[in-house]
Amino acid sequence: MSFFSVANLGRAAVVVGALAASPASAVNLEFYFPVAVGGSAADTIKALTAEYMATHKGVNIKAIYAGSYGDASAKAITAARGGNAPQLSVLLSTDMYTLIDNDLIVPFDDYVSKPEMKKWIGGFYPAFMLNSQADGKTWGIPFQRSTPVMYWNKKAFSEAGLDPNHAPATWKELVSISKALTKKNANGNVTQWGLRIPSAGFPYWLFQGLAIPNGATLASADGKKTFFDDPKVIEAAQFQYDLAHKYGVMAPGSIDWGATPKAFFEGKTAIMWTSTGNLTNVVKNAPFDFGVAMLPARKTRGAPTGGGNFYLFKDSTEAQKKAAVKFVQWITAPEQAAKWSIATGYVAPRPDAWKTPALQAYVKKVPAALVARDQLKYAKAELSTYQNSRVTKIFNDALASVLSGQVDAATAMKSAQAKADAVLKPYR
Amino acid sequence: MRRTTIYAWLMLLPAMVLLMAFTHYPAIRTIIASLHSTARGHRASVFVGLANYERLLSDDVFKQVLWNNLIYGALTVPVSIAIAISMALLVNYKLRGRGFVRMAYFTPTVLPLIAVANIWLFFYTPGFGLIDQIRGMFGLAQQNWIGQPDTVLYAMMVVTVWKEAGFFMIFYLAALQSISPSLYEAAAIEGASRWTVFRRITFPLLMPTTLFVSVNAAINSFRLIDHIFVMTGGGPNNASSLLLYYIYQVAFREWDTAYGATLTVVLLAILLLLAVGQFFFFDRKVHYK
Repeated sequence: MSFFSVANLGRAAVVVGALAASPASAVNLEFYFPVAVGGSAADTIKALTAEYMATHKGVNIKAIYAGSYGDASAKAITAARGGNAPQLSVLLSTDMYTLIDNDLIVPFDDYVSKPEMKKWIGGFYPAFMLNSQADGKTWGIPFQRSTPVMYWNKKAFSEAGLDPNHAPATWKELVSISKALTKKNANGNVTQWGLRIPSAGFPYWLFQGLAIPNGATLASADGKKTFFDDPKVIEAAQFQYDLAHKYGVMAPGSIDWGATPKAFFEGKTAIMWTSTGNLTNVVKNAPFDFGVAMLPARKTRGAPTGGGNFYLFKDSTEAQKKAAVKFVQWITAPEQAAKWSIATGYVAPRPDAWKTPALQAYVKKVPAALVARDQLKYAKAELSTYQNSRVTKIFNDALASVLSGQVDAATAMKSAQAKADAVLKPYR
Repeated sequence: MRRTTIYAWLMLLPAMVLLMAFTHYPAIRTIIASLHSTARGHRASVFVGLANYERLLSDDVFKQVLWNNLIYGALTVPVSIAIAISMALLVNYKLRGRGFVRMAYFTPTVLPLIAVANIWLFFYTPGFGLIDQIRGMFGLAQQNWIGQPDTVLYAMMVVTVWKEAGFFMIFYLAALQSISPSLYEAAAIEGASRWTVFRRITFPLLMPTTLFVSVNAAINSFRLIDHIFVMTGGGPNNASSLLLYYIYQVAFREWDTAYGATLTVVLLAILLLLAVGQFFFFDRKVHYK
């Protein structure tokens, strides 16, 4: 009895709420966003959304925090499958093929005029568009994008007799400098590692920071083929293994992603590789002078891009789609992109955003913010394929088996390639 | 007569509706889904017979997580029970500060598993975690307990035992207090040693509790995976992945819902076997007569 009356009350409340909230012609949008780094990301998104609604009448946007990237994509896909999709969502740029495959999103092209297309979509850094376009269409708009960079502890460099203003620029230097930084106590136990490249969390991503400078690509641009057994990939995997087991400059076993900044602050590692999205965190918490540099070069410089894009969901009205695209145009415009970048440390995805007074003042204060932007010249696509989670997991498992010494690099990568081929075959 | 039948059915109805809607219907749907392919975009789901089950047989990850889960259950269940009995015996004596010790043993149970996992994550962190700080005092090298395939599963078992033993202790404590003191008095008159008393009186009389606890512990070993999310994500290379975690990965990360359903059927079958086995075969032998 009481159950039914509660249900009725709920229904009545929804009706009343809807009547109160929306003027007759207003467009209602739901927008899911994930937060992957510390700091004020969620507040900033909510503030920007509120600002948009205050200046643009006739649109209601509900910005919904949806957890980590993984959670957000699980929520969005579940909602879409249940016929209750959000109109707009920020999800990993690498989810693109999965979302296309499940027929959940539409490209932005149909909702933007030709000149706007050129001016707006053409205005992003090309490196960020690599994981955003497929089949000649634009499915994702870069928003919270990042790239891995190298942070180093200048105090530890001085103590080891190294030049505190020179970060390792090549793999060779990475090994020799890290060796000088690895400190052992009287018992022969390591008290400070030279280098820390996390291998749990997003193993493939930081691995790409080794593979791309070595000239290797992990997947084709159409997301239908992987190149895990490329000798250059095997060589990079071998190098990551060697850093711990041959050169002894990095802790053996898998290295946690989340504890990496803490290990850096505590002096347990003198150099760390992590997302540029951690910059604000490091600026606030590092108790010593630190530097930020591009990842070291092998054949060339190089790094993957990372982070999230805006996606437009299919299951919505034309009016909603148009309103959603307008909002995305606004929030990625220079002024807003600058605000967002300063609050979080994400790389502002457009050159014109870097020309805004706000961002220029910020770079004067934190010049390290420029490193990630400058690295974009050398950046390549992040690993992204059809059935992305499954293919990525195949690769991560293979890399873990190499780093833990279970299997040699060549065998592991060849078997991973065979498994990925089996998954991707139906798409070719 | 007829009226009472209708009355009985009406009384049963609410529980039956809930059970059907939230247990039986989803289970049947899962079995049906396991016989179909996963729908993707324009490709609708089609009947594929036992193809998903054939995939199980050639799926190395499935074999590994199943094996992991068996080791995990085979070790965590008896160890939790042994520790629970020891703790219950200890706090059943009239020792000083008994209330405090009881509470200390029970505390891990009150904490959510997610919180427990975060605590242990700190314990295990190589270099500056609690365990390594203590090892450092004795001049021992740092150990990456949850970063190596050969130690990670055991490290996860420690968390489970730590979390569960205190809960099971409560059941044993209640059971101990219901054992008649006259039995112990008789044993004392006979001059039985403490070990004989435990083996001949206490342990047999605790058997119904042990059955109940072992059923629960065995089911929990397949059911509780929160710490895996927080601590390892099943890694490295699936070394700490358990069946339910793999189901989650397949169904909600890879969106292969049909194969996820197939794995779920396997899990259902295992749980059914466990329950049936324990109740029908062991139940006859546990009651001391």
